[in-house]
Amino acid sequence: MFGFHYKLERKAIGFVIAIIIAASIGGIVEIAPLFTIEGTVEDVPDMRVYTPLELAGRNIYVREGCYACHSQMIRSLSDEVERYGPYSLAVESKYDHPMLWGSKRTGPDLARLGDKYSDEWHVRHLNNPRDVVPESVMPRYGWLLRTPLKVEDMSGHLAVLAKLGVPYSQEMIDNAPSDAIGQAQPDRDEAGGVAERYGDATNIRVFDGNPSRVTEMDAVVAYLQILGKLTDAAHRQQDAEIPGDAS
Amino acid sequence: MVLNLTRSERQGAMIVAVLLSLVGLVMTLFGADGYFSTHGFIIMLAGMGTVFLVGRGYDAPEPSDERLAHYYDDPVKAGVILAMFWAVFAMFVGDWVAWLLAYPDMTFDAAWASFGRLRPVHTTGVIFGFGGNALIATSFYVMQRTCRARLPDQLSPWFVILGYNLFCILSVSGYFMGITQSKEYAEAEWYADIWLVVVWVVYFLLYLRTLQRRNEPHIYVANWYYLAFIVVVAMLHIVNNLALPVSWFGAKSYTIYSGVQDAMIQWWYGHNAVAFFLTSGFLGMMYYFLPKRANRPIFSYRLSIISFWGITFSYIWVGSHHLHYTALPHWVQTLGVTFSIILLVPSWASAGNALLTLNGAWDKVRDDATLRFMMVAAVFYGLTTFEGSFMAIRPVNSLSHYTDWTVAHVHAGTLGWVSMISYGAFYAMVPWIWKQKKMFSPRLVEVHFWLSVAGTFIYVFAMWNSGIIQGLMWRTYNDVGTLSYSFIDSMVAMHPYYIARAFGGFLFLLGACVGLYNIWKTMKVRTPAMVSDPSRPLPVAGVAAGSVEAGE
Repeated sequence: MFGFHYKLERKAIGFVIAIIIAASIGGIVEIAPLFTIEGTVEDVPDMRVYTPLELAGRNIYVREGCYACHSQMIRSLSDEVERYGPYSLAVESKYDHPMLWGSKRTGPDLARLGDKYSDEWHVRHLNNPRDVVPESVMPRYGWLLRTPLKVEDMSGHLAVLAKLGVPYSQEMIDNAPSDAIGQAQPDRDEAGGVAERYGDATNIRVFDGNPSRVTEMDAVVAYLQILGKLTDAAHRQQDAEIPGDAS
Repeated sequence: MVLNLTRSERQGAMIVAVLLSLVGLVMTLFGADGYFSTHGFIIMLAGMGTVFLVGRGYDAPEPSDERLAHYYDDPVKAGVILAMFWAVFAMFVGDWVAWLLAYPDMTFDAAWASFGRLRPVHTTGVIFGFGGNALIATSFYVMQRTCRARLPDQLSPWFVILGYNLFCILSVSGYFMGITQSKEYAEAEWYADIWLVVVWVVYFLLYLRTLQRRNEPHIYVANWYYLAFIVVVAMLHIVNNLALPVSWFGAKSYTIYSGVQDAMIQWWYGHNAVAFFLTSGFLGMMYYFLPKRANRPIFSYRLSIISFWGITFSYIWVGSHHLHYTALPHWVQTLGVTFSIILLVPSWASAGNALLTLNGAWDKVRDDATLRFMMVAAVFYGLTTFEGSFMAIRPVNSLSHYTDWTVAHVHAGTLGWVSMISYGAFYAMVPWIWKQKKMFSPRLVEVHFWLSVAGTFIYVFAMWNSGIIQGLMWRTYNDVGTLSYSFIDSMVAMHPYYIARAFGGFLFLLGACVGLYNIWKTMKVRTPAMVSDPSRPLPVAGVAAGSVEAGE
């Protein structure tokens, strides 16, 4: 073995090839099957996509680096299930490009944040976290309220995601900018199409408390309110596992 | 710098610089958003700055062939200085965000100054800015000495070092503006990623070309590690960053992977960025500078073979230990733990090989802060790899994951191992390349050493404590069978540790400032040049190389 190596280390190209082989095996064995093995991602028919407004909010969440302090992945440990809710399933991030599972909980997990607090709470909290949670160390995001949401390019965003396999229809792509506006301004004509395209369960309301314009705050709160709400699969699974404890 | 380039190299530099300016101009003019245009403008400035620099020396007489009798160290010098500037800048940002966790309002009411945007500035600045420049600079130095061959040309090393720093600037300036893919340690957007691939290919070819010119029959072990660093980082970078931009003239892109596959690929990348950037590359550094400084041969050649292939093969498997108890299939998690534990063997083989190399030179470790930096680095490497394997075990991970324990672990590695081995290598190399007998102030090296050690200990102990307390508070049940503490209780408990951590980080930052000052003063010393470089000279044509010894 050492004799062979004695020869190998005299050949630069041979050495490089050996490195490539040695360093490829693990990745191929672990990653390739994730795309092929059935059941890696649960088959859930009711899994829905993000609306354009929620997607815009998600992009702001990414932009501000929220994932650095908040995970969106409840592990299958009893204390986590007790604290945050049913453990996360793979299907719940099926349409997440990229996933935001996170790696650190400087703040709490957000995987099931949706509907836990009111819109007003979120707006006050984002504006200055210490107004509602005095001990919080989260940064203030006051500028979200002051910044109008950019929606013109939303069709492009949906189109790219559709290419990557997220089931956005052509109609959804074409109407993305007006759907984004409509979801946050229920009184406008644009609001009608949102429920039609994304379902009656979609939250269509003024999220930031200001009906006169659509801000980045609208988008972020719309996104936070949908976390964990794209499918009921995790709740169904929990109910099935713990019969009699259905909640 | 330009004066040492030949005519054709100046022409090459001019062409590259003009092309870069044009790309920048197009990006500026046609950018679909202000961010993309800003980055175009930065690229254009970089290109035009280079045009100006090269143009100024364009007509100067060509350098004499005498230069070919010496190693080419100008890009090494630039890399050392850039690395130290990045260190000071990024550690400053790191300490700032550390204070923000204790006092969240210690910032400006502006988007760019919030924790979430500053954090990748810190991580990218230290890993890629400081670490990357240190690796590139030392690799240029080491590959020439161990091959006893001059770099094949004088243009590509400059392209690598300056192009790489352009990537770092694009990344970091992007994070301030909110341009990020959110993939940890790979936050840079698609166009910066493509640019890095270009730079990296040139770097790889430069390495291979130098190896092909070598006057030593064997490739020395340090080069194995640098090669693994270059090759595998390229694989990781390309696969993890595959993305589709929303517009070819816009900054935003969407990664082609989603959900569980994205998570696995991200941590396959993430953990192997640790493996092949922060471990393999720096082991290459250690295998050259530690024996050289101690003036002892490497303890065991066979141990270095076992540890090299052990690390290269096993590390790739372990990324899934970042995803225990998640929606990642169980079998992948199990493979991750298994290889994480196996990995302890080659890791400790390397650490042991380094420490045993010091046998017979421990008096030097006592007296010489430079060698002591490298010794402490090897100890921290051993400690951190043990801790890493330990934390990868599922039940341990159930406690440690998501807590500050991970932060403690990472910083034991980056402060204790990566930074200290770099400082050790720099303090050894700086007098050699600037032809000085010693550093400007050996006392300041000593000061830097103790600031680094103290800072690391305070930081790591603070985070170990806070991490374990967090983990325990989150899972403590009371007698009734409900959770004892709210999340906010655990946050309040962290406050004193966050202050201690920020103080430890401050000491470490102070050390980096001392180091930058000392290196700066050393390069400015104007004593008559003396040849203190202990490397063997470039061979006269036809002289065969000798036996395998440390430092070759």
